[in-house]
Amino acid sequence: MVYSLPEEVLEHVFSFITSDKDRNAVSLVCKSWYEIERWCRRKVFVGNCYAVSPGIMIRRFPELRAVELKGKPHFADFNLVPDGWGGYACSWIDEMSRAYPWLEEIRLKRMVVSDESLELISTAFKNFKVLVLSSCEGFSTDGLSAIASNCRNLKELDLRESEVMDLSGRWLSHFPDTFTSLESLNISCLGSEVSFSALERLVARSPNLKTLRLNRAVPLGKLSTLLHQAPQLVELGTGAYSSGIRSDVYTGLSKAFLGCKELKGLSGFWDADPSYLPALYSVCSRLTTLNLSYSTIRSPDITKVIGQCPNLQRLWVLDHIEDSGLNALALSCKNLQELRVFPSDLYAADVNVTLTEQGLVSVSQGCPKLQSVLYFCHQMSNSALITIAKNRPNLTCFRLCIIEPRTPDYLTHEPLDIGFGAIVKHCKNLNRLSLSGLLTDRVFEYIGTHAKKLEMLSIAFAGDSDLGLHHVLSGCESLKKLEIRDCPFGDTALLANVAKLATMRSLWMSSCAVSIGACKILSQKMPMLNVEVIDENGSLDSRLDSCLVEKLYVYRTVAGPRSDMPGYIWTMDRESANRI
Amino acid sequence: MGPQGLGLEITELRLGLPGGSGEKKRVVSGGREADVCGGEGKKDMDMVVGWPPVCLYRQKKSMGEATRKMYVKVSMDGAPILRKVDLSCLKGYSELGMALENLFGCYGIGEAMKAESESCEYIAIYEDKDGDWMLVGDVPWLMFIETCKRLRIKRRSYSNGVGLHGINNY
Repeated sequence: MVYSLPEEVLEHVFSFITSDKDRNAVSLVCKSWYEIERWCRRKVFVGNCYAVSPGIMIRRFPELRAVELKGKPHFADFNLVPDGWGGYACSWIDEMSRAYPWLEEIRLKRMVVSDESLELISTAFKNFKVLVLSSCEGFSTDGLSAIASNCRNLKELDLRESEVMDLSGRWLSHFPDTFTSLESLNISCLGSEVSFSALERLVARSPNLKTLRLNRAVPLGKLSTLLHQAPQLVELGTGAYSSGIRSDVYTGLSKAFLGCKELKGLSGFWDADPSYLPALYSVCSRLTTLNLSYSTIRSPDITKVIGQCPNLQRLWVLDHIEDSGLNALALSCKNLQELRVFPSDLYAADVNVTLTEQGLVSVSQGCPKLQSVLYFCHQMSNSALITIAKNRPNLTCFRLCIIEPRTPDYLTHEPLDIGFGAIVKHCKNLNRLSLSGLLTDRVFEYIGTHAKKLEMLSIAFAGDSDLGLHHVLSGCESLKKLEIRDCPFGDTALLANVAKLATMRSLWMSSCAVSIGACKILSQKMPMLNVEVIDENGSLDSRLDSCLVEKLYVYRTVAGPRSDMPGYIWTMDRESANRI
Repeated sequence: MGPQGLGLEITELRLGLPGGSGEKKRVVSGGREADVCGGEGKKDMDMVVGWPPVCLYRQKKSMGEATRKMYVKVSMDGAPILRKVDLSCLKGYSELGMALENLFGCYGIGEAMKAESESCEYIAIYEDKDGDWMLVGDVPWLMFIETCKRLRIKRRSYSNGVGLHGINNY
C-alpha cells in the first residue's frame, strides 16, 4: 500500500523522475507527496521570471541544484521590446546566493545580467558547474574574468548569442593552470580576440572538452592546433573559415579533421572560403548537425558538403542553398529532422537567389523524419502548403516567414488560409506555428478547430477582425504563448476570453487595436494576471480609455505587479492606470 | 548585403550606469515603427521595425567583417566618475561630440573638435598608442579610432591666452 511506504522510499522513487511535467504531477497527488517532492526537487525551470518571485521558489524548493530562467518576451529578439524593459537577473542571483550554497547550474535566457552578479555567482556557489547565458546582455568580459578565476569545477560556459561588453580578450587567461574540468565552451558571440596561447593551453588541459565554439577572431590557421589538442571534440564551432590561399593551412586542417573521430556537429564558418570546405569532408559522414547559416557560400558548394552527410539530422543554412541545394538535401539526408533556412539579403528589391516554396516541398517529400521547419522565402502557394502538410504529418514545429507582409498565394492570388489550414489539420502534433502571408480570419478558424496541441503561436500582419483572435483563444486548448503584431485584433476578443489568459504563460500584442479601457477591465477581472502596457508616447493618465495601446504584455503571476518597470510601462491594477 | 540595403543602424547613447541597458545599441530596419495596423495596403518594408523576424544577433553577425567594439574611458575635469564610450559605433567626430555632450553636458565640444573655435568651455584630448596626449579632431576619424586609447575632457585654461599650450606636458 502506498500509504505505508516510508518517506525515504518515496524520495528514492521520485529521484528517477526528472521531467518537470512529471514532477509537477507528482506534487499534486497529495500533501505528503507535495512535501516529499519539494524537498528532493533538484532542478526548476521558470519560463517567465516575473511569474514567480525568487522568495517563493526558494521557500518551496529548498534544495535546488539547477535553475533555468527566462526573461524578456520572445519579440525582444526583433527589437520590439524597448531598452530597459526588465528581466534583471540580479535579484534572483542575490537571493539564490544566500539560499543555495550548493547550486551548480544557472541557465538564463533574454535576461539582463551584471558583472556584479557574475562575480557573486563565481564566489557564492562552491561547486558551480554550468553557466548558460542565452541572448543575455548587461555584462562585460570583466564578469567573465571572475567566472574564469573562481569557478574551480566549471564544466560549461556558454554565452550563446549574448551581447557582451567586450573590453578585452584577457579574461580567458584567468582560468588557472589547475583548472581541468571544462567540458563545454561557447564564446562565439565575442568580438575581441582571446589570447590564443591561453586558449590552446586551456584546451590542452581539458581532457573532457566535448563542445568548443570559437569566435570569429580565431584564425583558421590556428584551428588545426586546437583540433590536435582536442581530438575528442563532439561539437565544433570554427572561427573565421578563410585564410587566403594557403595550402599549408589547408593540409594542416585536413589532417586535423581526420583525427576528430567523435565530431558530430559543426558550426561557425564565418567568411567561409569554399576552397577550404573539402578539408572537413572526412568528418561529414558522422555529422548530425551542420550550421552554415553564417557563411555566404553558394549552392554548388553547399550541395557538395551536404552530399557527404547522409546522417545529417539538423541543418541551418542561408537561402543561398537555393531550391537546387534543397533538392540535393532531400536526396542525401534521409535522417533530417530539423531545417532552418535564413534570409541572406533582407532588403533586396530584386530577389537574386532562387529559393522558392519548391525547395521546402522537396525536403518535405524526401525527408520522412522532418519535424521542425523554419523557412524564410519570398513566395508561397496554398498547393505547396497542402502538399507539405500531407507529406509530413509528423511536423511539430512549422515557422514560415514570407518576407513581404501580406503576400498572397503567388499562383492564385488568394489568401494562404487553406494552406495553413492544411498544416494544422494534418500535423496533429504541431506545438509551434508561425504564420505569414495574406491571411484572413478563416485561417484562425482552422487553427482554433484543429491545432489542439499548439503551444506557441506567432502572428503578424494577419486577420480581419476580432473573430480571428477569438478563434485562437477559444479553440487552442494547449496554447501557452501567443505573440501578435500588427493585426486588427482588439477589445472584444480579448475580453471574451479573459479566463483563457490565466491558463497561458503570456500574451504579447503590439500595433493591434486594444484600448486602454479594455486593459483596465482585463486587469480588474483577472487579478492573477499582470497587464502591462508599454507606451513610449507619454503618460496614460491623460488619455481616454478608448485610446489604443502601443504594446501589451499580459502574463500570469503569483508574484503580483513587478516593481522594476521603466517609466514607459504601466501596469493596470485594480484602481486604474497606476504606475508603480 | 549592401550597407544601403540594411537601412540605418541607429545608435542610442543614453545616460545610465555602464552595464545597464542604457548603452545597448538599437538596430532598426529603417525608421519609425509602423502605424497601428489599418489592414489595407502594404507597409513599406523599410519602415517596419522587427520585420522580417531575424534576431538582432544574427543581423549583427552577418554584417560583413567583424565590427569590433572599441570602448574607451572618458574622464572630465571635475567629474569624479569616468564613463565609457564605444568608438566603433560612432560615425565621426560629430557623433563623438554628441555622445560626450550627452554623457557630461559639455555643450559645444563637438564644434570645438571640428574648428579651432574658442567658443566652447571644454576641449577634448586623447591619449594615443604612443602615450602622447593629442587634440581630438586633427586626424581622419578612422585613424583616430585606431589609435585612441582614452579620452579626456578638459576645461580650457586661459592662463596663457590660447589654452592648448603645454598639452604635451599633461
